[in-house]
Amino acid sequence: MDALTANMPLVVFLLVGTVTVASAILVVAMRNPVHSALFLLVTFLCVAVLFVMRGAEFVGAVQVLVYAGGIMVLFLFVVMLINVRTLPEERITSPYWLGGIAVGAAIFILLATLVRTGPYHQEVNRPDILESIATHTMETTVAANGKATTGPVVHYTLAGNSEAVGNSLYQEYLVPFEVASLFLLVAMIGAIVIGKRELGAMEEETAPDFILDRVKTEHEVKEVVNA
Amino acid sequence: MSWNDVVVLLPEIILTIGASLLLLGPFFTGRPKRSTSMSLHPVEEPAAAANTGASAKWWTLALLAITAISVVVCSSLAEGMTLSASFSQMFALDAFSIFFKLLFVAAMAMVVLLSDDFLRESRYSTWEYYSLLGFALCGMMFMASGVHLIAIWVGLELMSLSSYILAGYYKNEEKSTEAAMKYFILGAVSSAILLYGLSLIYGVCASLNLLDIAKVMSTLTTNNALMFGIMLLGAGLCFKVGAVPFHVWTPDVYVGAPTPITAFLSTGSKAAAFAVFARVFYVALPSFHLDWSNVLAVVAALSMIVGNLAAITQTNIKRMLAYSSIGHAGYILLGIIAMSSTGLRGILIYTVVYVFANLGIWATVLMMRRHEYAGELIDDFDGLHKRAPFWAFAMVMFLLSLGGIPPTAGFIGKYYLFAAAIQAGYGWLAIIAVLMSAVSIFYYFRVVVAMYLRDGQDAEVANSTSLQLVGGIALAVTLIFGILPAPLISQVEQSSQWVATRAAELHGGR
Repeated sequence: MDALTANMPLVVFLLVGTVTVASAILVVAMRNPVHSALFLLVTFLCVAVLFVMRGAEFVGAVQVLVYAGGIMVLFLFVVMLINVRTLPEERITSPYWLGGIAVGAAIFILLATLVRTGPYHQEVNRPDILESIATHTMETTVAANGKATTGPVVHYTLAGNSEAVGNSLYQEYLVPFEVASLFLLVAMIGAIVIGKRELGAMEEETAPDFILDRVKTEHEVKEVVNA
Repeated sequence: MSWNDVVVLLPEIILTIGASLLLLGPFFTGRPKRSTSMSLHPVEEPAAAANTGASAKWWTLALLAITAISVVVCSSLAEGMTLSASFSQMFALDAFSIFFKLLFVAAMAMVVLLSDDFLRESRYSTWEYYSLLGFALCGMMFMASGVHLIAIWVGLELMSLSSYILAGYYKNEEKSTEAAMKYFILGAVSSAILLYGLSLIYGVCASLNLLDIAKVMSTLTTNNALMFGIMLLGAGLCFKVGAVPFHVWTPDVYVGAPTPITAFLSTGSKAAAFAVFARVFYVALPSFHLDWSNVLAVVAALSMIVGNLAAITQTNIKRMLAYSSIGHAGYILLGIIAMSSTGLRGILIYTVVYVFANLGIWATVLMMRRHEYAGELIDDFDGLHKRAPFWAFAMVMFLLSLGGIPPTAGFIGKYYLFAAAIQAGYGWLAIIAVLMSAVSIFYYFRVVVAMYLRDGQDAEVANSTSLQLVGGIALAVTLIFGILPAPLISQVEQSSQWVATRAAELHGGR
């Protein structure tokens, strides 16, 4: 029993990790899109647990709010709107599945042997790294030989996890954060450009509204106008 | 954050605001007035749409001009600082980034000119198209000035995201949609791989700043996680430049995408990826040069061999140029493998030469476009010298430049790259490069033979000022730098100096 309590984090990790991987596989294996979406939800929640276990409580909370809350609802909306009950019966596995599994296994072994061993920088392994605010300053340091060099120096001050995340997002990573919001703008432009119904401009202007309401494609507009 | 910080990013800020304003263009210019005739013939529509399309082009060109001016002004404002990095040391305004930023703006201006007629012939909206090009340019400029891996990554993603949409801009054409889909899925996977590599590098170095990474790495002798991180980073970048094990998307995307976008992908986008490649590998990773150079050497050799040999049998010129661009990625990789000031100069020179020669070729290909797919087959070039003797001559010059034949600028670029490879002890790679250049001349001359020795078809050549302007500029650059390379070389020496000395310090220290 002592062994179990001592290794509790490991036990929880193995449990949650197994559920994460299993539900991720089920997301792509399910034929019913609603089932896939629900397994995706399970995956998101498990990943949130993993984040919390690593001390990134803020990211875990955001994961639940944004992914499990927002994005999942969007997925379910789309699934409901396009109204697919089951996918057509066709082979899900491609002829390359054997090779795919082999490559996947090879990469897994590579990761398990190389990446796990590291060795990683001690700074990254610091237990308080996720709670610290980094401030960058230019400072002049005098080396042992009396030579003064000016260079960027990072100072860490302890704060809460969310505060640390907020600080690094809006201070250190301000520009990348803003550029990330440009991604959303570009994605939005793309969705509109690709998704909008393209009527011939002529038809759009000449066809009365009631025709536009009734028909779906430009071709149909043409037929109605000609008739 | 101070005024100095803002100066470094001012061109990008101006460009972002401008590109967003372009989206509002239709509100200010109004909808095109339609003729009242009831003709349903689709051919007559573009004439009316031309009105707004033309003004979109002019606004975009004006924006690009302002951006170029702001790059020059900001560089003179930031002068005196050897490396002026801003926003937590993420962006630098050094000679290297200014060189590439100006090259990107020039390439983008030419792409805008190439797109003009093409868009008018279609009935897709023009303003969004130019706005997306603006955002792509913005991403490229972030890539060129980023000295922090996250800054570089967001720039790369902004560029890629815009290119995915632009590749599928002709959404009613199956090929274009297919191209966008393939590009998007493979691109997403590759950026995930890149990001994973970055996270491993962060784990080992505790920083994503290129200089800090270099500092930490110079203290390390070997590190498994770091090696794997570098490998994943290299794989992600090789995907973006289209080097061989990651080249599969190139032919399909180049063929399927609208031709001006293909021109953008094969010039601007590729040049930006190489700017990042050079900056990251020269500044951050010189300490592990021995470890990654051999892997990259194999990638470069395979790119040259596969790209050039596969190009021989192609009948579609877009596909042929796609395979040839894989080969060219292999040549430019020589400069990164060599890890010397000659190699870096070679990369910069070759990028300029390749961008202009390629844009010239795409201008000629677009001129041949009479109906949907004319100008895409090599056979469409039959007898071009009778119909358009000047453009046939220009095409020969561009192809010679890509092949690396002396009177053109391509020779200078190849000379530097091959010399750098030999100096670095990669003689075998230089031999492969020379052999494959010979192969490339063979398939480039298939186009020349079609233009000069075969009888012409009746496909006419579009008489378009903007295409002729692009062709003229590209021809001028190709010939002037081929005959008088001194200004280009001295500029490149100046621009690559900082990066090259950084690399030499760290590389020599090992």
